Amino acid sequence: MMLASPLDGIGVLDAAIVAVLGYAVVFFGLILLMIVIMVMGNIFIAKDKKREALNAAAKATIASVPVATPAASTAPAATAPGSAGKLKLYDVEPKTAAMLMAIVADKMGKPLNELRFISIKEVK
Amino acid sequence: MINVGEILLNLWQGSGFNAIFSGFTTGGWQNLVMLIIACVLLYLGIVKKFEPLLLVGIAFGCLLSNLPLGGLYHQELWTNFMDETSEFYHSYGEIMRHGGLLDIFYIGVKTSLYPCLIFMGVGAMTDFGPLLSNPKSLLLGAAAQMGVFVAFFGGICLGFTGSEAASIGIIGGADGPTAIFLTSKLAPHLLGAIAVAAYSYMALIPLIQPPIMNLLTNAEDRKIKMVQTRVVSKTEKIIFPIMVVIFVALLLPDTAPLIGCLMLGNLFKETGVTDRLSDTVQNALMNIVTILLSTAVGATMVGSTFLTANTLKIVVLGVVAFGISTAGGLLGGNVMCKLTGKKVNPLIGSAGVSAVPMAARVSNVQGQKANPSNFLLMHAMGPNVAGVIGSAIAAGFLLSVFG
Repeated sequence: MMLASPLDGIGVLDAAIVAVLGYAVVFFGLILLMIVIMVMGNIFIAKDKKREALNAAAKATIASVPVATPAASTAPAATAPGSAGKLKLYDVEPKTAAMLMAIVADKMGKPLNELRFISIKEVK
Repeated sequence: MINVGEILLNLWQGSGFNAIFSGFTTGGWQNLVMLIIACVLLYLGIVKKFEPLLLVGIAFGCLLSNLPLGGLYHQELWTNFMDETSEFYHSYGEIMRHGGLLDIFYIGVKTSLYPCLIFMGVGAMTDFGPLLSNPKSLLLGAAAQMGVFVAFFGGICLGFTGSEAASIGIIGGADGPTAIFLTSKLAPHLLGAIAVAAYSYMALIPLIQPPIMNLLTNAEDRKIKMVQTRVVSKTEKIIFPIMVVIFVALLLPDTAPLIGCLMLGNLFKETGVTDRLSDTVQNALMNIVTILLSTAVGATMVGSTFLTANTLKIVVLGVVAFGISTAGGLLGGNVMCKLTGKKVNPLIGSAGVSAVPMAARVSNVQGQKANPSNFLLMHAMGPNVAGVIGSAIAAGFLLSVFG
């Protein structure tokens, strides 16, 4: 049978060189990839920080606006847009409840703020 | 009047039993031994559950191709196909004209179609989030390719040719499709032995890795708890496969089929607009290709090429490759542990041998044995998926040298 490559009859020393070179190429390739991922990650982290800073600034601006009517403090707090009132939990940890609501929303394919959960009770 | 005796005699002479026993010394015994090996592999797949989805198909393919006169697989057609002096060199037409069912199946292996489609499914099932949140884990994926090159060197020392040694070495990448992809191109006559060794050792990872992990890490380091990494945005996950294909395929064009399919599958998963394609690639396509791939690979296990001393050498070199790759990953983990001031648990290094997600699970189990409140699974998934890319790069390098 003919040799598939001129390097097929490679000697031990050449094989050692190929092995070291191959290992180095794998490292080089993955280090290159690592650098690219790090740069990409840093860009996204910087973007997130910028967005958070803008949100914080907007919240601070809203908080600094004086309340016009003192009577408003006695009135029940207004619900935020998309809020669906209070949720009653029976023997369920808030973390578990949050997870369950997320799963239900995902399975129904609807945003969480379009669903209303009235109560969650553990069935024993 | 019909001669019943002659009919029965013809039936006997045309039977596989006659072929085995009348030609017992000229190859019949090899068929018999291969049938026994096929049954042992079926036992390992069905009863011991060693990678059953692949091993059952491989074993049955082996069984079918070693039934004399079945005409399902023709080794001589593929020998001519690979012989540059033959008039049928690289003639798929000849295979289609005279080949059996398993010869037709095998065309998909020979053209690298099946390993690439399997990689597409693997990509669609893989979450690269842990890798993106901790890119340094790519270094562990690279470190864990050590066994590939040590086994390659060992293969040369044991008298294999460069192409054969490269195909044997890639067993250390612990990645079945990559091993089949490279072997079908460089040393197709060793495909059966290499595929069986690769998948058997992958199934044995929970037995092979823990002793090496205990040997190369200390008890204190195994208890290290790693902090949760950042949440990766959807956009990053969509950009990642596109970016990897561009960088890796430009660096090593020979890896383009494997990495391209891996990342295409991952893109289907992450875009959110190709859910149907992602679902098909992960399930229906993956299952169909697994059937064709496993039976075709099993068919190459014919007695004349499998029952040789080389097969035993491959089995030994394969386990050496696995062990050294594990050790390489752990050494990388130890270095990262020291450099980061004990913020990295070195056990995640062994997950760099690919074998997703089995190797990451083993890291998690060993971590929990040292510290029951330790959860290393997501941290180990980073090196684990990095190992898939690393083994594809190693295969691309070996292909560019010996292809």
